[in-house]
Amino acid sequence: MKLGIYPGCSLTGSARDYNESVFAIAEACDIQLEQVPDWNCCGATAAHNMNKELSLALPARILAQAEKVGMTDIVIPCAACYSRLMVTQHELNNDPVLKNRVSEIIEMDFKGTTAILNVVQMIDKYVTPVLKDKIVKNFSHKVACYYGCLMVRPYKVLQYDQHEDPQGMDNVIRLLGGTAIDWGYKVECCGAGLTMSKTEIVGMLSGKIVKDATRRGAQAIIVACPMCHSNLDMRRPAINEYTKEKMDIPVLYITDAIGMALGIDEKKLGLQRHFVPVKMAEYIPPVPEPKKPKAKEPINNL
Amino acid sequence: MEQFEPKLVAFVCNWCTYAGADLTGTSRIKYATNVRIIRFPCTGRIDFMLISKAFANGADGVIVSGCHPNDCHYTSGNFHARRRWMSFNAMLTFMGIDPERIIFSWVSAAEGAKWADIVNQSVEKIRKIGPFTEYQKLVQSGIEEENFNG
Amino acid sequence: MSRIGVFVCHCGENISATVDVAKVADDSSRLPGVVHSVDYKYMCSDPGQTLVKEAIKEHNLTGVVVAACSPRMHEPTFRKACATAGLNPYLSEMANVREHCSWVHDKGEQTTQKAFDVVRAMISKVSNNGALEPIKVPVTKRALVVGGGVAGIQAALDIANCGHQVILVERSPSIGGHMAQLSETFPTLDCSQCILTPRMVEVAQHPNITLYTYSEIESVDGFIGNFKVKIRKRARNLDEDLCTGCGLCTTKCPQKKIPSEFEQGLGFRPAIYTPFPQAVPNKPVIDHDNCTYYKSGKCKVCEIVCPTKAIRFEQEDTILDVEIGAIVLATGFDIKRSDFFPEYGKGKYKDVIDGLQFERLASASGPTQGMIRRPSDGQIPKKIVFIACAGSRDPAKGIEYCSKICCMYTAKHAMLYKHKVHDGEAHVFYMDIRAGGKMYEEFVRRAIVEDHVNYTRGRVSTIYELDGKLIVKGADTLLGAQAVEIEADMVVLATAGIANDGSEELAQKMHVSYDEHKFFAEAHPKLKPVETNTGGIFLAGACQTTRDIPDSVSMASGAAVKVAALFSSDLLTREPIVARVNRIPGPSHSTCVGCFMCQPVCPYQAIEREEIKDRAGNVIKSLARINEGLCQGCGTCVALCRSKSIDLLGYTDNQMHSEVLSVLEEAFV
Repeated sequence: MKLGIYPGCSLTGSARDYNESVFAIAEACDIQLEQVPDWNCCGATAAHNMNKELSLALPARILAQAEKVGMTDIVIPCAACYSRLMVTQHELNNDPVLKNRVSEIIEMDFKGTTAILNVVQMIDKYVTPVLKDKIVKNFSHKVACYYGCLMVRPYKVLQYDQHEDPQGMDNVIRLLGGTAIDWGYKVECCGAGLTMSKTEIVGMLSGKIVKDATRRGAQAIIVACPMCHSNLDMRRPAINEYTKEKMDIPVLYITDAIGMALGIDEKKLGLQRHFVPVKMAEYIPPVPEPKKPKAKEPINNL
Repeated sequence: MEQFEPKLVAFVCNWCTYAGADLTGTSRIKYATNVRIIRFPCTGRIDFMLISKAFANGADGVIVSGCHPNDCHYTSGNFHARRRWMSFNAMLTFMGIDPERIIFSWVSAAEGAKWADIVNQSVEKIRKIGPFTEYQKLVQSGIEEENFNG
Repeated sequence: MSRIGVFVCHCGENISATVDVAKVADDSSRLPGVVHSVDYKYMCSDPGQTLVKEAIKEHNLTGVVVAACSPRMHEPTFRKACATAGLNPYLSEMANVREHCSWVHDKGEQTTQKAFDVVRAMISKVSNNGALEPIKVPVTKRALVVGGGVAGIQAALDIANCGHQVILVERSPSIGGHMAQLSETFPTLDCSQCILTPRMVEVAQHPNITLYTYSEIESVDGFIGNFKVKIRKRARNLDEDLCTGCGLCTTKCPQKKIPSEFEQGLGFRPAIYTPFPQAVPNKPVIDHDNCTYYKSGKCKVCEIVCPTKAIRFEQEDTILDVEIGAIVLATGFDIKRSDFFPEYGKGKYKDVIDGLQFERLASASGPTQGMIRRPSDGQIPKKIVFIACAGSRDPAKGIEYCSKICCMYTAKHAMLYKHKVHDGEAHVFYMDIRAGGKMYEEFVRRAIVEDHVNYTRGRVSTIYELDGKLIVKGADTLLGAQAVEIEADMVVLATAGIANDGSEELAQKMHVSYDEHKFFAEAHPKLKPVETNTGGIFLAGACQTTRDIPDSVSMASGAAVKVAALFSSDLLTREPIVARVNRIPGPSHSTCVGCFMCQPVCPYQAIEREEIKDRAGNVIKSLARINEGLCQGCGTCVALCRSKSIDLLGYTDNQMHSEVLSVLEEAFV
């Protein structure tokens, strides 16, 4: 099973750990990940703030490169890259004039037919079907799945999951034998790019997320975006300053959780690279008590 | 040389364009005298045989105009007219009539000024294309009869 | 040979200033078939009309052309004049030489030529006109009202009070609709049931109204004045004549925990039930899905306890055939439920409820006897948040429209809450307050000023539960989009109003058009708001779009008047401008080949299949036949017919061809 992958800048830099775990679970599930040849920057936040054509041409070139070598599906672990490529494909497919213009700029044919997958979609499509036989140890932990912004929005473009209350990662965690909690900060902002310029704002925004997950008894936060990970994990000092207490809840990539259930070595998953040590006790959900027949009286008997 | 004055026939629906042309009148907006308006209940009623007949009998151009899409008094007659026009278009070319000689438009009962514009533009357009003489030449040369006889 | 009279009008100077009217009249007099041609100052004046009438008699005219203003202006005037003089009104035509000629062109030869061309064309057309007689259709003077909410009730009562028979069909076991569920009504805060239930009883007792509850429309055939309707009367499993409505069966039924539809799931009902105590008719039905007997074959407690032995387990649905002259659709609306909103918990938080549920909580006859208690634990909420526009005006949710009633009922809810929980805190999040209506704005102001309801302009992004509280996160856009977080005990969503369940199927049965949101479509948004595109079918209430009680009632009365007008004479008279399939002697019978391509293009379903049989009863040919009761005369089928077998009276192929050829006559030299 072969699958294209576009790593973008983060997976070769600040999110090496993410890259390692994606490749580790792919290997365990017999998926060969092949990089898009001669890939370039997706443009990130900078391009679309400056020049619309540039912001479309950069991702279009990546997709055209993938088309050239016949990749039909590519996985994009970074949520920001995923968003840029999806937006580009959506805009160009809906505007033939613009599509021609961008094809001219990149001096390549752009068809716009590639299936672009985020990491959870890749898991759903290629990992979940083979997962059951490969789990060696249940991921018996109580976790809060955090989706952030770019993986689920804008819905019009991505058409992925229910964007106000996404369930993709929650379902994966349940499959792994874990418990996914219901909480209030699933799709709130982590502070994103302000991590460099306004760290205290990230401390506040990410702090609220970490705090809500902790007070609801989550043992870890599960993410699928390098930006979310670095804000929730690396910015822990700023977060602690906001929360006025030391928060020690670890932040895992969804691929880490799968890797742990598959029994892959922690070093191979890159867990040692996380700033907050990955230490979680086993969590067995209590068996619900059998309902007493009188417990639920109708409201008229109040 | 004297300016060519084309003859146009306008096939319009009673509810929108005919009323729109009435409004052009009540608003006293002037337009070219070259057009003759024929009233139909709906553009859906316009049989394209009538348009062919108009060309065969000396019209240089034809305007077909009805209610805007979704505003048809009869719900969908204008859509049928439009669809029929699509297929008639190819037929016209086959018959040697320049499809540009037919102007298809939507004019509502409130668009008096638009009607005047449509007429003036159409007259100018047909004036540029020139008189429609192909059919008359055909009749005069007797080809039609020859073909029938032999 | 036709004998045509031409009458050219000066219209004061409106025409004669730019058109040489005398020349037009003179030239016309030399055209073949014209026996009389005059011009006159004011053709439409009394002396002008007399001119026409006298000429008809004197010259024995067979056709009249009046060259004057637009036929949209004076065609009826001259047709009437012709009819008085004994000429069939459809043998007169108007040549529009004012709006289409004298007013839009300058004085000159060209203008006079155009006027003459138009007159010549109409002379040509009128010589091909045929005498037409208005179509008379018999009318069955019995109305069908579908839906027994306040709109249906009003329409039924109004029609019945005009002395006509009405059949009222309601899907649920009782009439009353949503209004019966409401606590108090804005802007007067009078009790909904107190004003509605007398009307319900009036319906049940009215000698002209036949009420079929627990019944649905099975099929509809026919056309205006002559519908044939099948009504499915679902089995109540009850001999309705024997049942006294004592209610003993409902108290003894062992199934007691079925969520009540009427209480919006906040209360319970047994398997044999009446939806609410004031139900009309007050006779129970058995819910087969939950009845122990229908599930396991044992029980029959109701049968045993019934003092009049009225229970009939083996009863089956009956189909009633009725003949109907006019139909009023009053099937109402529904609302989105809280499970439609992932951002507000997708139905998993019990204390996030919708507006109708709040109505039941606030209702004195509701599951809490009018105490505002939250569904999860029965506590009285001390802080309550109302979210207006939940789903409405939200293209992302597929509902772009404003539901119209929510601003008002949210203000009412907040007010009722404050009246019942004096130390409570009520917050409303809104987009805009749309309180157009008599005493409406004043009502909202009262909520804000007198009852201290906190209105925040902004939307709520999410709701989540934390330590037994609902955290409502929103923004205050009047304070620079400042984030607002409220720890609420209960949240009420003013969810979007939507088309009622099953409205699409019903519209298809009725051949009524509906919009993209499945609301029924009116014939004209301004001038025909209660008519549909199908003759004889009218709309009332929220089935056309969400609307409040006063609007629904007025619309229902409007529809009732339309029905009464239709029933005011025994025969329905219609303009004879209809399509007709030609008929010729056998063996062909018609040039129609029976391809029925015309059927799908007809917007009115007016084209039927006619079978020609020989004496032995064998079908020898199938033909299209136009139902003149339904045909509106658009002529789309005429242009489409491949064998030229359909013609449109008043605009026949002959008429139109001669008009087109004639208008171009001078050009072809």
